[in-house]
Amino acid sequence: MSSEIVKIPAGKGYYTDFQLAIAMVFIAIFMILLQYLGSLPAWLYRVPEEIIPNFAQWLDVIFNFVKDDLGVLVFTRFLTGGLEWLLDFSANVFFGKRRFPNVGPMPWTAVAAVAAVIGYYLGGWKLALLGGGTMVWTALIGQWKIAMQTMSVLTIAAPLAFAIGLSLGVAAWKYPWVDRVIKPILSVLQTLPFFTYLLPAVIFFKVGPTAGAVATTIYAIPPMILMTTLGLKKVSSEVIEAGKMSGCTRGQMLRHVYIPSARTEILVGVNQVIMLCLAMVVLTAFIGMPGLGAKLLAMMGSFKLGRSFEIGVTIVLLAVMLDRMSKAWVIKQPEHFERGTPLWKRHSMLLLGLAVFVGFTLLSLVIPFLAEVGRGQNFSQGKELDNIIKGFLNIEWVKVTTGFLRAFLNVQVLIPFRNFLLSIPTPGFILLVVAFALSIAGRKEAIFALIFFSLVALSGWWDRAIITLYSVISAVILAALIGLPVGIFAARSVKWSERVLLICDTAQTFPSFVYLIPAIMLFGITDIAVIFSILIFAMVPLTRYTIEGLRTVPQEMTEAADMSGATRIQKLWSVQLPLALPTMAVGFNQAIMFAFFMVIIAAFIGTQDLGQELQRTLAGTDLGKNFVLGICVSLMALTFDFTIMKWAADKKKMLGLA
Amino acid sequence: MSIDIPVISCKNVWKIFGPDPKKFLNNMSDDMTFEEIRAAGYISGVRDVSIDVNKGEMLVIMGLSGSGKSTLVRCFSRLHDVTGGTIAVEGQDIVSMSENDLIELRRSKMGMVFQSFGLLPHRTVLQNVAFPLEMRGQDKHTRRERALEVVKLVGLEGREDYFPRELSGGQQQRVGIARSLAIEPDIWFLDEPFSALDPLIRKEMQDEFLRLQQMLNKTIVFITHDFDEALRLADRIAIMKDGAVEQCDTPDQIVLHPATDYVRKFTEDIDKARVVHAGVLTQKGVVGEGDALDAMTTVHDMARMLVNDSREMIPVKNGDSLIGAMPRKDALDILLGSEKNEF
Repeated sequence: MSSEIVKIPAGKGYYTDFQLAIAMVFIAIFMILLQYLGSLPAWLYRVPEEIIPNFAQWLDVIFNFVKDDLGVLVFTRFLTGGLEWLLDFSANVFFGKRRFPNVGPMPWTAVAAVAAVIGYYLGGWKLALLGGGTMVWTALIGQWKIAMQTMSVLTIAAPLAFAIGLSLGVAAWKYPWVDRVIKPILSVLQTLPFFTYLLPAVIFFKVGPTAGAVATTIYAIPPMILMTTLGLKKVSSEVIEAGKMSGCTRGQMLRHVYIPSARTEILVGVNQVIMLCLAMVVLTAFIGMPGLGAKLLAMMGSFKLGRSFEIGVTIVLLAVMLDRMSKAWVIKQPEHFERGTPLWKRHSMLLLGLAVFVGFTLLSLVIPFLAEVGRGQNFSQGKELDNIIKGFLNIEWVKVTTGFLRAFLNVQVLIPFRNFLLSIPTPGFILLVVAFALSIAGRKEAIFALIFFSLVALSGWWDRAIITLYSVISAVILAALIGLPVGIFAARSVKWSERVLLICDTAQTFPSFVYLIPAIMLFGITDIAVIFSILIFAMVPLTRYTIEGLRTVPQEMTEAADMSGATRIQKLWSVQLPLALPTMAVGFNQAIMFAFFMVIIAAFIGTQDLGQELQRTLAGTDLGKNFVLGICVSLMALTFDFTIMKWAADKKKMLGLA
Repeated sequence: MSIDIPVISCKNVWKIFGPDPKKFLNNMSDDMTFEEIRAAGYISGVRDVSIDVNKGEMLVIMGLSGSGKSTLVRCFSRLHDVTGGTIAVEGQDIVSMSENDLIELRRSKMGMVFQSFGLLPHRTVLQNVAFPLEMRGQDKHTRRERALEVVKLVGLEGREDYFPRELSGGQQQRVGIARSLAIEPDIWFLDEPFSALDPLIRKEMQDEFLRLQQMLNKTIVFITHDFDEALRLADRIAIMKDGAVEQCDTPDQIVLHPATDYVRKFTEDIDKARVVHAGVLTQKGVVGEGDALDAMTTVHDMARMLVNDSREMIPVKNGDSLIGAMPRKDALDILLGSEKNEF
């Protein structure tokens, strides 16, 4: 398979990358034609079963060795003890699990009031309303307990991820070798499907909240490391020198100079940790973690769309609240008090928070409704919403549209496309991918593509990998068809740019899981629903980076175009789009990464791709297979990531934008 | 400590940036120029500098950006490790000093002011000023007391609880100055302290600085790229180019006898009359007639007298004792330019 590639440069001397790529495409086409004519030998169509190495079994052997012989399991189970204690503690405080310290649960009114005070402290009335409002909604809709189950894990996992991420970030900044070790691990971790985090967590840390907390923590660590290193590197040299001239020891430098000066980046890291934790904690429902995710899973499974929708709203509100508050914290700067301000005034917010907490707690002793919204007291409208949704779907034009999309798109476009991809012989497919990487990025990326896709071929999961890829590609193309025009349109005015960017920002904070809700609502449990959920998820970065790319085109250039007498369309095509392209490529890349992420979650709806198999492994303890599948997804994602990012970087350099 | 040991004494100091500077310096021939070194992939930040700074003296290091002046000062305080040569501070070799001794030295003897202030953004004025004291472990009460004292000294009373970002540039630099003075250092490094300020504030800060220096009388190394500032403040000026010191002398000598073409170019547009003092033009042992001039009077200050007077030799005194006499023509030449330059 690889012999063709090697032969060409060796035999005839020098070829440009582009010529090589063309040659590969021709060979691939030739193979496809042979396949259609029925004269391609079977061993060239798919890697024969006999020679597929049993990676899963090897990995199992390694895992078992690590787990049992090295005694790691004993160690992790020991850690489990401590973590379990912490989780029980927060579980008691948040929703009254009968464990030490046996004081909980906190009355919902008290929590809501404190959320409002924190919101007010960080960002004034708007955030106070958001914080308090979210909590009141959650309680009144009857989801207080499950929401607090989620929050109780979040309050343990997020600080843990913060602490670990910060320490690793500092280490990576201080010791170059740590940086060199961590970097490749981080890029794999960031493309690894989340199911791959879950199973090891279950095996090493038991089912339930503990495993959920571990998976969540690990999932949220990478951005914290990156932001910490970034922040520390950005501390101005004069501040560092001022610290040294003040006679700081190394420890003092870190504690008093570096970390406080990197505050902004570190807090941005905190924001990302919180958001990723929330996204993941919802997904840990798949390994039996109770909370909002589990409830949503159950409701969607039994097609109770009204209730699903309500839970979705709760998750979204929580996400937006946490995001806005942590972002407000990033930009909040210390203010001085006038001399002689009394102590109580300096700490007025803290005191107010305590006062409302104590006040509402006492009040709830008298009025039980303020402590807990009982069964039957909530305002959930699940059934009514169900009817509304059904009514909406039965409106003639809606029915026609979804029906048409389902019939036409699926039967005429998507399924033929999928079948075509599946019909391409494995070596031909790899050649096409390598040619793609070679022509737009370079030889290094092409070699990575070759190695990565060959590994996928050897994993024995080729067909499912192709179906995964098919979902990703079709969803991203469809997302581009909608997202790019929206972005281009919005970029025409400042007002619309801001509006659409705000929507994108907000949408990006939603845990991916909630994107399934509208998809199922509109299309039921079908292939189209899968594509649709990926599509809306992937559209967000596409639109966002299109706007950012177009808006950051230097003004002189658009003015020069205007003065050259370009029409709007001419300006767009020959000035703005070429200059915005590198930025848009970053958005495109992110859309692909998001799509890989979502396609795995969409397995819940029922697909035939790697996600489905991955989800199945969770039921057993098929650790080896779980890893093989996860790494297949990661390898495919990394191929695109390397190639597109390299292209964008080259292009930026060429245009002098970097 | 005896007065004749220089506070800072550096001999043949080299600072080279690049992949393996020590090895490069050892194998390098002595007469390599700045460009030749750069062609080899190295940057010579400081080239073979030997300079002494005496007690109570203000040495101004002057040069364009990239001339190595900041690098040299960072070698004095060992913010940079030198590549070759020796630097002694009060007789102590700092090149081979251990990290702990170095920290101790900085905590007790050195203060530094930075161009962009280098204030810690999360600390108030008072906390910034008290920072060096906190680092050396002084208790809260004494360090607060001392910090208040210095804040008052630089005229920032009433702003103790402000954060740096709430202050103007000039005020921020006052904080920087206060911080550098908090430990009562013997040696005071100032790295272009007023360059980031607008011209009016700069003048005000220079006056403030001179006032402080008259009170404190510290050994100072002051960096600037502004020749006027250098002339205004310096006891001695060292002019640097491409990492090497072109000339190091008193302002009068630099203006009157530039050592190289480069220095001459620098001094061309300077109003020499405002720089040169009577004392420099005085011929020792010669007796003049009439009233004596003070040695510290600049030519500019005596201009009116020079034009109206008719004496050939004007006596000059230092304090109360006569030291000699100054030829009126020499002073006039400086004021009006020498005769041959007129045509």
